[in-house]
Amino acid sequence: MSAWAYPAGAVETARAVRAGELRAREVVAAALGRIGRFEGALHCFLTVTADAALTAADAVDAVVAAGGDPGPLAGVPIALKDNLCTRGIPTTAGSHILENWVPPYDATVVKAVAAAGAVAVGKTNLDEFAMGSSTENSAYGPTRNPWDPTRVPGGSSGGSAAAVAAGLVPLALGSDTGGSVRQPASLCGVVGVKPTYGLVSRYGLIAFASSLDQIGPFAATVADAAALLDVIAGHDPADSTSLDVALEPVSRQLGRGVAGLRVGLISDFLVDASPSCVAAVREAAAVLAGAGATVEEVAVPALMLGLSAYYLVAPAEASSNLARYDGVRYGLRVDGPDVTQMNGRSRSAGFGPEVKRRIMLGTYVLSAGYYDAYYGQAQRVRTLVARGFAEAYERFDVLIGPTSPTVAFEIGAKTQDPLAMYLSDLYTIPTNLAGHPAVSVPFALSEGLPVGVQVLAPALGEGPMFRAAAVVEAGADAAARGPIEPHAAGAVR
Amino acid sequence: MPGLSEAFSRDDVVYVARLARLDLDRGEVDLYAAQLASIIDHVAAVTGLDTSDVPATAHPLELVNVLRPDIPGPTLPRDEVLARAPLAESGRFRVPPILGEAP
Repeated sequence: MSAWAYPAGAVETARAVRAGELRAREVVAAALGRIGRFEGALHCFLTVTADAALTAADAVDAVVAAGGDPGPLAGVPIALKDNLCTRGIPTTAGSHILENWVPPYDATVVKAVAAAGAVAVGKTNLDEFAMGSSTENSAYGPTRNPWDPTRVPGGSSGGSAAAVAAGLVPLALGSDTGGSVRQPASLCGVVGVKPTYGLVSRYGLIAFASSLDQIGPFAATVADAAALLDVIAGHDPADSTSLDVALEPVSRQLGRGVAGLRVGLISDFLVDASPSCVAAVREAAAVLAGAGATVEEVAVPALMLGLSAYYLVAPAEASSNLARYDGVRYGLRVDGPDVTQMNGRSRSAGFGPEVKRRIMLGTYVLSAGYYDAYYGQAQRVRTLVARGFAEAYERFDVLIGPTSPTVAFEIGAKTQDPLAMYLSDLYTIPTNLAGHPAVSVPFALSEGLPVGVQVLAPALGEGPMFRAAAVVEAGADAAARGPIEPHAAGAVR
Repeated sequence: MPGLSEAFSRDDVVYVARLARLDLDRGEVDLYAAQLASIIDHVAAVTGLDTSDVPATAHPLELVNVLRPDIPGPTLPRDEVLARAPLAESGRFRVPPILGEAP
């Protein structure tokens, strides 16, 4: 029996565990060992569930020993963003208001990965309630980028992205409301997928903006991300927005190539992106063309309206969703002489500055006198974004562009200027407004930091999207991809 | 349209914070007034677009009501849920007075 070879990927690990060549316990113990080594320097996790993980690994091994099949992710360690409810395990959403909350139920995706044999090793750090692009808005301190610990991992799913990039786990789950899976994937040199809205159940995901939120996978490779998406995709009666469609497993798409695929390079996304991000996208376009795709530049100016519409729509939905944190049923309560004062004191003590900003922004745009001018207008602009995409997809099967306008920025660089932080999501937001899928693939290095390329597709276009992503990955600089060996505690690159 | 181009004032912050049940101190009011003004200024770029013939999109999917037969299924145990409340009593959530003390 061979030892688990870091950095073996998820698909290979599961194959070896199912074949009885490798024990799940060894794999999980190795992951826990790496977490122990690097967690102090990186702070990817809010909770590590070592004992439960080893118990779950033993159960996987017992199934194999009895001649059974534990599932397609047998024995693969997975990290879960801490806004996914886990029965009996604290779930904070990165907020003080849920500091001591222990969910009484599991999110559907948590059950799905366990049923596939994956072993959850812990809950990852995030911007409070998934609001942010750097993981600096966590009430529990920032996560550091494994490529350079003075820089952010991106956000809001920064803990999940950094955990995969540092080789602590081969797989992780995040949530993407405006780019919160793809942007940290780009900044950490890993693959991050935002699936079509409704493809993955949101049941048990702590709500931020319900018409935009979608759960998605992180992995070091496109194939591993595809394997995880295949496990979490599917209809769920517990989520009324869950799509009841049979999508061909994306894992089967990967080898099919891009011959004849029509690829549009979004020219509007090249205007403000940094030169290294633009160069990576142009080189990825050449890779796709070299593999037989037809590549053309296309202007989709409506997409550039997305950011403004998003920062009206998402805070409006958030202000409504977060009204539930009132100190009555769960979470923090700070007492007061009457219920209204108790509500105000609890929310003020429990929420951090970014969450308060977004609640107030959302409350403002929904308030009397402003509703139609701001919120109504943003919903109409959302239609314009969707129409812009629809016109482009009459001519193209997939679109490509940068994921993020820049590489990872320094910790603290944007914390005093919320608007500058919001601009990090300029190229990821339109996809959420339209409900489409997109994936970020690590492609190049710029001054030692990874640069991701984004592949976008129309609703349920995951098949062609993954075919293109696999080709982009094959043409990428392998040195731009995690997992990497992070520098030990406190060391700076 | 009332005052769309005006900066977000301190009064706006106080008003919105009251609606949102957030108690803010003086420093927070000043900070958020400046930050929200800058955000609103930026995103208000879309308020000038002519969208008179554009329908609103509230949601990426065409939502339909999801119904099931009215048959009771399993629910979370009451005690397990109440155990997570800040204060519970006699099978209910306990809160401070809503309308003042009963006589």
